[in-house]
Amino acid sequence: VSMTVKEAINSAMDEEITRDSRVFLIGEEVAQYNGAYKVSKDLWAKHGSNRIWDTPITEAGFTGIAAGASLGGLKPICEFMTFNFAMQSIDHIVNSTAKIRYMSGGKIHGSIVFRGINGPAAGVAAQHSQCFASWYSSVPGLIVLSPYDPEDARGLLKAAIREDEPVVFLENEIMYNKKFDCDDKILDKDFILPIGKAKIMRQGKDITIVAHSRMVGVSLEAAEELAKKGIEAEVINLRTLKPLDTETIINSVKKTNRIVSVEDGWPHGGIGAEICALMMESEAFDYLDAPLERLTSADVPAPYAKSLEEIFTPRAVNVVNACLRVCNK
Amino acid sequence: NFTLTVKLPPVTTHKFDATLLPTEAVTSKEELMKYFNDMFTIRRIEITSDAYYKNAEIRGFCHLCDGQEGIYVGMEAGVTHDDCLITAYRDHGQAFMRGETPHAIFAEMFGKITGTSKGKGGSMHFYNKTTNFYGGNGIVGAQVPVGVGLAFALKYQKKPNISMIMYGDGAANQGQIAEAANIAALWKLPAIFICENNKYGMGTAIERASANTDFYTRGDTIPGIKIEAQNILAVRETMKLAKKWGVEHGPLWLEFSTYRYRGHSMSDPGVSYRNKEEIDKVRATRDPIEYVKHLILDNKLASEAEIEDIQDKIKDDVNKAAAEAKKDPVPEAKELLTDVFSHNRKYLIRNVELKDSALI
Repeated sequence: VSMTVKEAINSAMDEEITRDSRVFLIGEEVAQYNGAYKVSKDLWAKHGSNRIWDTPITEAGFTGIAAGASLGGLKPICEFMTFNFAMQSIDHIVNSTAKIRYMSGGKIHGSIVFRGINGPAAGVAAQHSQCFASWYSSVPGLIVLSPYDPEDARGLLKAAIREDEPVVFLENEIMYNKKFDCDDKILDKDFILPIGKAKIMRQGKDITIVAHSRMVGVSLEAAEELAKKGIEAEVINLRTLKPLDTETIINSVKKTNRIVSVEDGWPHGGIGAEICALMMESEAFDYLDAPLERLTSADVPAPYAKSLEEIFTPRAVNVVNACLRVCNK
Repeated sequence: NFTLTVKLPPVTTHKFDATLLPTEAVTSKEELMKYFNDMFTIRRIEITSDAYYKNAEIRGFCHLCDGQEGIYVGMEAGVTHDDCLITAYRDHGQAFMRGETPHAIFAEMFGKITGTSKGKGGSMHFYNKTTNFYGGNGIVGAQVPVGVGLAFALKYQKKPNISMIMYGDGAANQGQIAEAANIAALWKLPAIFICENNKYGMGTAIERASANTDFYTRGDTIPGIKIEAQNILAVRETMKLAKKWGVEHGPLWLEFSTYRYRGHSMSDPGVSYRNKEEIDKVRATRDPIEYVKHLILDNKLASEAEIEDIQDKIKDDVNKAAAEAKKDPVPEAKELLTDVFSHNRKYLIRNVELKDSALI
């Protein structure tokens, strides 16, 4: 089946809202306008105002309300037009939701999905272009998912909605309209991907490339280039950032003995830094033939100008360069 | 010297003595011609931006202000550049009125090094420190507490000036506006809250977003005034009063009734949630440029032909500015790492590949 990432998210929400009466969608312009990015297209027409809720532009308010609704037994899908705006309401994600099971000694919890656009986008400058993967991954009590393709988007979003925990689901605007040829199995109404499991997108024996979201595509492109140079790269799509699938990463490194991490978030305390720590803290260390190299966005706010934006996030050429260095080529 | 006395449209007030408000404004040929020039220039900047955007030469988000020009020109006619100004992402009009040239405005949107922010900010992020214009904020409502902070700085430094804090009807429900308002009222800060009510927050009509659509009352204890802001003289007189009030008494809460002809941004055609008749009706009856044009023509301050010549010249100048800006150089790769910190001290700024990092 041929499908875009946006269609995958849309259909996953549609089916889960149909399946479970506790599930509802809440956010800015999600109903009558069909979503600022048309991700919730036709859902309001189909499911009505009791299931699809337009809110005023008041992130702190509606996120807190969604959090409360989850404590009250509902299963909200709380959409942020982009996760940049969730900074207005991050307190409710972290303090009102993630910590509540622990604070209540296990008595109270919320089952809720916070989803929306994350990461650098195109031409929208610093305040609308930022990856929050490492921010949310650092919070105990949150599950953090980051899909790459329609298979990930459908399988992980359905898993997130059915999960009994607060989940942060990080989408990517640039990926929304990308069309993929997918296995028909993803159309199954119960197509669920396991949370906490990465996917090996391409097998290889010479070096491991770890990435998530849009950077998986960049890494696959780099792997093609590397193959032409005689280097077989194994590309791992993390899918879940918290809890991280350490087993898949470690097993890959045991095979390849070399690793590069790629992300479009900032370097300091990033996902790559976590992967690097995993190399130091696990048996993978004994298998490394070279130090890990991280590729990240530059440590600057996202620039608007195309000439700068193009070199702000990792490109395939950067991944190839890093892999060649790590392989001593 | 010829002067003209114009009757102002009725206002609505909240906890404010309406008799303090002027009912008429005095203006001159010179003033009206300047207002016309400035408003028409802003409109041409927007129309030209629209064309370049559709040609994919302006990227990302781009929010146009045509229909609302009377506000930006009228406000500046009532204050000076020593008064602070802050707004959201619909900021081209303010950028022009706070001293940026059409060339520098276009260069910014084209991502050129000659842009007002070296091409780093784009359409949503114009700033001018020398004229006290503080942007250009992309997060809905977030500029409001910052604007109150500017008012705090003015009062702290005993300056006889105000901070003008602009936001839209869509932003009006953000909690931080209420937080900032409470502090402004407590501390009697010279903060002038200005809600540009153009009736729609993105694709949502005000009635669907606000339980109380009387935005001029939303400052609670802060006195409020609602005016017809398509009338530039009403805007000007209100700002003169606001400046005096702000410095002497503290915050004031203004609602400027206006209308945007376009969608929320370039990606919104702006017709799915309102009909074309509504837009056409405002164009025909409440256009701020037409209002001034009629004052000029009706009082024979200039002829139709003269007005047309002025329009042609502005159109030509704006087109040329954009065409010239197109030819300017883009920022070089080294600019990626500059302006994160000041240049007074060197910090290592990491690049995509560690080896490309630099001490800046």
